[in-house]
Amino acid sequence: MSTPTITTPGSPEPPGDEIPPDTFAGRITLAHRAGGVAVPLLTTLVAFVAGGLVVLVFSRKNPLSTYHAIFNGTGLNWLLPWNTCQFPCQPAIHLQQTAVQFTVLVLTGLAVAFAFRCGLFNIGGQGQYIVGTIAAVWIGTSLDSLPGFLHVTVAILAAAAAGGLWAGIAGFLKATVGAHEVITTIMLNWVALWIGVYLVDIGGPLQDPSAGPVGVTAQVDPGARLRVLWGTPGLQALNIGFFIALAALVVYSLLLNRTTLGYQVRAVGFNPDAAAYGGISVRRSYFLAMAISGAFAGIAGSMDVLGWQLNVDTSFVNAYSYIAFLGIAVALLGRNSAVGIFFSALLFAALTTGTAARNLDPNVFPSELATNLTQMIQGLVVLFVGAELLILGIWQARRRATKTAGRVE
Amino acid sequence: MSAGAEAPRRPYVTTKLVTARAVGIAGIVAGAVAFWLALPPLTVRNVAAPIVVGSLAGVLGVGAITRGERRVGWGAVVAGLVGMAGGVAAAQASSAHLEDVITWSTIVSLGLVWTTPLTFAAIGGLVSERSGVVNIGLEGMMLMGAFFGIWGADVTGSWWGGLAIGMISGGGLALVHAVFAIHLRADQIVSGTAVIFIAWGLTGYLYNSHYGFDGTPEGTPAVPTFNPTWLAHVPPRALGQFLADSLNGLSLMTIFAFVLVPLAWLVIFRTPLGLRIRSCGEHPRAADTVGINVYRIRYGSVVMSGVLAAMGGVYLSIGFNHHFTEKMTAGLGFIALAALIFGNWRPFGAFAACLLFGLSQALAPQFQNVDSWANYGTLFQALPYLLTLVAVAGVIGRTVPPAADGRPYIKQ
Repeated sequence: MSTPTITTPGSPEPPGDEIPPDTFAGRITLAHRAGGVAVPLLTTLVAFVAGGLVVLVFSRKNPLSTYHAIFNGTGLNWLLPWNTCQFPCQPAIHLQQTAVQFTVLVLTGLAVAFAFRCGLFNIGGQGQYIVGTIAAVWIGTSLDSLPGFLHVTVAILAAAAAGGLWAGIAGFLKATVGAHEVITTIMLNWVALWIGVYLVDIGGPLQDPSAGPVGVTAQVDPGARLRVLWGTPGLQALNIGFFIALAALVVYSLLLNRTTLGYQVRAVGFNPDAAAYGGISVRRSYFLAMAISGAFAGIAGSMDVLGWQLNVDTSFVNAYSYIAFLGIAVALLGRNSAVGIFFSALLFAALTTGTAARNLDPNVFPSELATNLTQMIQGLVVLFVGAELLILGIWQARRRATKTAGRVE
Repeated sequence: MSAGAEAPRRPYVTTKLVTARAVGIAGIVAGAVAFWLALPPLTVRNVAAPIVVGSLAGVLGVGAITRGERRVGWGAVVAGLVGMAGGVAAAQASSAHLEDVITWSTIVSLGLVWTTPLTFAAIGGLVSERSGVVNIGLEGMMLMGAFFGIWGADVTGSWWGGLAIGMISGGGLALVHAVFAIHLRADQIVSGTAVIFIAWGLTGYLYNSHYGFDGTPEGTPAVPTFNPTWLAHVPPRALGQFLADSLNGLSLMTIFAFVLVPLAWLVIFRTPLGLRIRSCGEHPRAADTVGINVYRIRYGSVVMSGVLAAMGGVYLSIGFNHHFTEKMTAGLGFIALAALIFGNWRPFGAFAACLLFGLSQALAPQFQNVDSWANYGTLFQALPYLLTLVAVAGVIGRTVPPAADGRPYIKQ
């Protein structure tokens, strides 16, 4: 249904200033033009300052020493040159945990970003992550006759397919009946959550019968586990998933910028009507963009299950899957670019790890407060990154600055 | 009486009383009856009964569809099929198990408990979306109400103090959403998501720094409840007992919620203010042209939606649970959103969906009374979301959001 509203662009502009169209991708372009990394950095800074104020006002603690303790909790201090840490090295363990979180956040961030580039808002990363974990644990605990390398590959591919199919439902509904993907993916999140809990809960089809009154699946077969590269297997050690995430960033970038499919997806994201006029199947692009997004989130689920969690229990499905929801913040702060997602995933992984109960020094700041502080900072970052007019203001200020600079020369 | 006088009157009567819509609604009722027959207290063990009544529902549904009432008609067909399947399944099950799971008074009284917060949040969402601002931050606004409600009750020493502070907190969070969605033209989904994050963080932080491991104090002032024991005297005896049992402990907030629905309908569809709100949601430029301040209406509506959603949260913390836990809303805001969509952005539709979802929330834990059925309760929790998926997929008629829902308005 065509709506006769607000297709005209905004406030009167001096001639020569082009205003991006009132579409999602148009806003993203605007954000890109508005000074690259300046906006995300500024946003993050503002969010941290606001978080610091909360610390100061409500807890009467020193925000700087709190942030320093959180930084030490991330293990990033291991990278500092003056760090002389002997085995068993606590910062090293923390850094491994940060890397594990980073892996998941990159993949769930890509899941949101890819759909964004097609003009779709995939808010269902959590559901796609859950079906990914279920598929991975199902393949990982069965099919144990397969040789190790093949087993783990099949498990990851199954997770990708499951996530892709789950998101594909939303893409299909968008393409066929025009159902809004935000609504369908939210609903699919909760359907996935309850089906996931059913499957692994007591008496569920995937529950380990020997676990008795505990809702947990069997452990993943040793052959289906991701190879541990650094640290103690069983803890959140750095595994090969880290490099799978890095590879996914490259794949994302190549897929979008160097393939026909990526071109079509971006064209639909900019303007579906123009893309259709140019002979691109908008429906096909919607479906594929959602399916590929879901595949990223599904792989994220398999990384956690095959990398360190090794089984799935009800609280993992219920509560831990929340990490996939953070992909929205990662993609927004990372401006849907591969490099941006790398850094924003690193930031949020560090925040999540640094404020975890095991990592934060309780003498400096209680971790149950810090984990909530993290959520507040994440919320503020998302809030500011989404504010178009702020970005527009910065963009115009920059243009004005360059113009006057030109006049002086 | 002459035949000539009678002839023109009959078609008039039939078209007026037996509309296609009434046929469809009768079909939906028949579908429910098909299921109900096989459940306690009647517990008809004959498989034929639900099949016959369920088929009747289907026939009525088809009748309504062919007469142009597609939405209600398909609803009746689906209700007939579900009722038939449920009835047959229940007739096959052991009647002792059924007695354990289906305790109608428990289901109704718990269903009212769940319906209350859902209704507040869904009507809140309705007000906001009717003015053209998508509010997926309902979950966060409920959570604000839940925490600040109990904190306010604790500090002021009265339940209405808690209610007032809770409502202000929800309105405050909604104001943040409004500023970003309306003035700063942020994407409304993005700022709604941000608001949820902030509410999670803020309430969790304050809860831990104020109450910590001990939790919220025992015996904080609670919303008054009623025990209408006199209902037990209503004849017949079984009905009276049922009414008394299911309305036992009825909260004042539940009554508020039930009053809110017709009130919301009245305001939105029968007052100048409601017309203004709706015109901002359908065609803001036209509303602006005739002199309506679109920004002011949208601000008011979004803040109101936060206030209402927070009332639902207040009910959770000082009306029902009497304590606060982190993220205690646990997806209720999203169910309310689902109810709003399922109810097609209409007050009574949304309320009907809230009742349906509330009853299903109440039924889910009942399955645990039978060991071998414990898992079905978990699957049952997915029902509201599945139904909403089916509804937006257009199987049961299309859901139609306000035309300018989710679009920022740029003043010229």
